[in-house]
Amino acid sequence: MARQAKGWSPYLAGALSGLVSVGSVWVAGKYLGASTTFVRGAGMAERLYAPDAVATLAYYLKEKPVIDWQFLFVLGIALGAFIAAKATGDFKVQLVPDTWRARFGDGVGLRALAAFVGGAVAMFGARLADGCPSGHGLSGMSQLAVSGYLAGAGFFAGGILMARLLYRGK
Amino acid sequence: MDLLFGLLTGVLFGFLLQRGQVLRYDMQLGALRLKDMTIVKFMLSHIMVAMVGIYLLNDLGLVKLSLKATVVGANALGGLIFGLGWGLVGYCPGTSLGAVGEGRLDALAAIAGMLVGAGIFARAYDGLLPTVYTWGDYGKITLAGVLGVNHWLVIAVLLIAFVLILRWIERKGL
Repeated sequence: MARQAKGWSPYLAGALSGLVSVGSVWVAGKYLGASTTFVRGAGMAERLYAPDAVATLAYYLKEKPVIDWQFLFVLGIALGAFIAAKATGDFKVQLVPDTWRARFGDGVGLRALAAFVGGAVAMFGARLADGCPSGHGLSGMSQLAVSGYLAGAGFFAGGILMARLLYRGK
Repeated sequence: MDLLFGLLTGVLFGFLLQRGQVLRYDMQLGALRLKDMTIVKFMLSHIMVAMVGIYLLNDLGLVKLSLKATVVGANALGGLIFGLGWGLVGYCPGTSLGAVGEGRLDALAAIAGMLVGAGIFARAYDGLLPTVYTWGDYGKITLAGVLGVNHWLVIAVLLIAFVLILRWIERKGL
């Protein structure tokens, strides 16, 4: 398939990323994760127009709006992906993914709306589960945490169900 | 120093996510539609390496585990809700940033949505604490602890299971 032409084997990239994860735990004592950063980011944004909420809501007191290891890790992902894409000629500005376009057309607004709503629902679920595919899926399952396997099963069960609803019969 | 390590780790991880081609909506939906298991290959390869490395270093006393508590209600219900949103957005929190890095700008709407979702959750948290968070709260437990066996036995079984899953995926041409 065409996709194999430009990338690395997912086994190689995945295994190397596993080494990065082990190195991070060893050197910095940090496990990979991403979704807590969105709480901190939301808190930073809300401080601008609803400082009272940030100062009183228990969840913002628990996950304070500060820039920490994970915040930089998440920003680093964007930078690393940019470097890799630019270096290999893989960078391409695209507003509507191919699979989405084939099913729902090339409307930018519809795709943006779905991404926004899906993102909001996904983040609500990730915070309730206390992690996303990085924190639970990778770090949790690697540590044999029961929570990681439970949440991971939920991620795929919900995802497969939604994909069925959206792409029924396609 | 923490911040510098965070940035460096993120750059390496983002580079590998991009090279593994797992940042795209098409790949994430490919897995959820059971048509293309690239992201599953990436995730299981990551877990297999990290599982052995982390427990080896832990046995040597060089690292500490950082387990998330198992609360069946919150983990399972939150996981399901995440999944429903994930099937719609096609990016997860980590890959959304990486997707922007390789030019997939619909991920900006995803990131905006995720920030709003986090804000909504911050408001729901107080109401969830006495309910969902008390359903099946077992604390920080591992598969090895629950089964009462050595962790290397669990790791060996999982390694074999993951290899068999991946072999099956390859045979099916997914």
